[in-house]
Amino acid sequence: MGKIEDLQVINGEGYQLTTLEQAVGLARANSVWPLPFATSCCGIEFMATMGSMYDLSRFGMERMSFTPRQSDLLIVAGTISKKLGPVLKKVYEQMAEPKWVLSVGACASSGGIFDTYSVLQGIDRIIPVDVYVPGCPPRPEQIIDGVMNIHKLVRHESMRRRYSEEYRHLLGNYEIEVTNAGDDK
Amino acid sequence: MQQNDNLIHLSNGQVLSRETIDGDIATINFGPTHPATHGIFQNILTVDGEKILTSEQTVGYIHRAFEKLAERRPYNQITPITDRLNYCSSPINNLGWHMTVEKLIKADIPKRVDYMRIIIMELARIADHLICNSIIGVDTGALTSFFYPFSEREKIYELYEEMCGARLTTNIGRIGGFDKDFTPVFHQKLKEFLKTFPKAFEEWNGMLERNRIFMDRTRHAGPIAADRALAYGFTGPNLRAAGVDYDVRVMHPYSSYEDFDFIIPVGVQGDTYDRFMVRQEEIRQSLRIIEQAYNNLPEGPFHADIPEFFLPEKKDVYNNMEALIYHFKIVMGETEVPVGEVYHSVEGGNGELGYYLISDGGRAPYRLQFRRPCFIYYQAYPEMISGANISDAVITLSSINVIAGELDA
Amino acid sequence: MTNNELLEVVQSVLGSDILGHEEQYDALIIEIAPKDVLRIVSTLKENEALSFNFLTLIGAIHYPEDLNRELCVVYHLHSWKNAIRLRVKAFLSIENPSIESLCSVFDGANWMERETYDFFGVRFENHPNLTRILNMDEMDYHPMLKQYALEDGTREDKDDRFFGR
Repeated sequence: MGKIEDLQVINGEGYQLTTLEQAVGLARANSVWPLPFATSCCGIEFMATMGSMYDLSRFGMERMSFTPRQSDLLIVAGTISKKLGPVLKKVYEQMAEPKWVLSVGACASSGGIFDTYSVLQGIDRIIPVDVYVPGCPPRPEQIIDGVMNIHKLVRHESMRRRYSEEYRHLLGNYEIEVTNAGDDK
Repeated sequence: MQQNDNLIHLSNGQVLSRETIDGDIATINFGPTHPATHGIFQNILTVDGEKILTSEQTVGYIHRAFEKLAERRPYNQITPITDRLNYCSSPINNLGWHMTVEKLIKADIPKRVDYMRIIIMELARIADHLICNSIIGVDTGALTSFFYPFSEREKIYELYEEMCGARLTTNIGRIGGFDKDFTPVFHQKLKEFLKTFPKAFEEWNGMLERNRIFMDRTRHAGPIAADRALAYGFTGPNLRAAGVDYDVRVMHPYSSYEDFDFIIPVGVQGDTYDRFMVRQEEIRQSLRIIEQAYNNLPEGPFHADIPEFFLPEKKDVYNNMEALIYHFKIVMGETEVPVGEVYHSVEGGNGELGYYLISDGGRAPYRLQFRRPCFIYYQAYPEMISGANISDAVITLSSINVIAGELDA
Repeated sequence: MTNNELLEVVQSVLGSDILGHEEQYDALIIEIAPKDVLRIVSTLKENEALSFNFLTLIGAIHYPEDLNRELCVVYHLHSWKNAIRLRVKAFLSIENPSIESLCSVFDGANWMERETYDFFGVRFENHPNLTRILNMDEMDYHPMLKQYALEDGTREDKDDRFFGR
């Protein structure tokens, strides 16, 4: 085994080899712009996650994007009632691809303790969800864990996934059209 | 039908002459998912340029059917529902509900429980007001005022955690008292909190209270006069900001509030600045109450002697026949309650939080209605913002502290 | 002011308008006829000695077995001058649940009445905008009535054996 001094040093800036897919994944994962769709109790815990103690900006996520057009990650935190369902679906449809969904809390994931006439029994009945975070409400650590899982998905997602037939089929199940269909030739 | 071009018909039936309009009439959707609504409710604003003419609200976007749910659950299982009313101050809701049931079963509550409850409830009031006032700061453009108190608020959460294990939806206490006494860690953390919080609070307060920009933005924004506030059924800090010193803690003292010395701050104009100032002063008063309660904490049991409602200790359950029976009955929700109806109210974070409980002797309430202060005073919002600018509407909304969970039940 | 004193004053003011009264857990409850509610509540508010100036809550209760008195509308009034509360009840039949609106006396009654309409279907006459408030406009029943189920009914993952139903 040679010593460090023996290694031939290349002068200049240096370079690294990777695939475009991985480079894009890395860039995407470290600058996710979340859209907090915070309706109730989980929203307050999400605020705590954003706050000074837990500090979501450590993960390149301090830029809350309140307009769906410019956001990558829809964070649904809180109960979604049947009255709000169409609004949530509209917000999801307005987001540009690629987009991910994080369902925070029991209510968003399954209706939670509110198995009642007015509450939607899980947002996955109207939009596809990537990561579910359990808890009522989840602690900020749990929300961060959910975000980390989203990052993992984002980092390893194939660049072709959003143009694939499977993806079109998935959204078709929710009666949503793929938005950037222009360049899928 | 002939239309008079000179007249403009608004959605609320009001008719305006075109001469009185400066710019163009436009309709703006403020919500349901607007960042400044801090929750999900829709306001459809009709504006003349920047000036708001009328507004219409849609609420119910997170209606979760609390009252129907409560008719299906045993008494001790309703506490988690009350958590989710005003989730910024859930311990007040929990303990208010316990007091309601105790009133129904005529339980005799030890003085120590009263004082412990007061400490927890006033901590919750501080946490609630911290959120509301820091959000007013955010809406006036000062994001620092959000980050600063949030690290202090975490300390209150740690105190909750020490007592019940949860941070936000606490489910704290039991019918009849608490499940355990204050732990040594709680004592230590509370002392620490009482020592460090006032300094941090005043520092944060100094950032906003006499800040010229903040005052210019909040004074005269969204005012409401005392008589109008009363007609709309305002309670809590919003009513006190309008100059009425109504406080449930004083008018109908519960949980031994009559033992304490505190003042009720009132405002003059009922505008956003007054609401902010009233909440800030209430935080100071809450600290005073906590100090008094903690320094005079009486000795005694930490729960009432009501074995039909208060779970026996686990070691008794294994060794004692009676304890086992009570344990079974409480867990299965088969406890007998008297027939009757009670109304009990506590001073929640937003005002008079009432519980109207009707019992038919069954395992669950026959009917349980919550008096949700937010729901009642939010209907005054169009009147408060009429004639104001859109930016004033935003800070008015954050200063009346509408909590969607409480609003929509 | 105690409840007995309050009852005396209320009886002297309202006389035969009071159909019944009872005291439950430190609160006085009086029953009145639905057609008189607007007049009686205004009287309770305007009367110098009583001055029930604050409307705390409006709600309803459904008693399906009580024939022709199925719905009970409850008004919680609060007199700050005397620091005392009063509950006023009016019973309605489920076929024609109609009662006068209090919006002209208390502005705050507006949404409380809409909520009661939404939950129980009580029609408040002369209400400026009696529409559903919490539930969807498309809803075709009043969910707080006892005959309607709490559950959503769309869940397939719930096995009754595990939920004790």
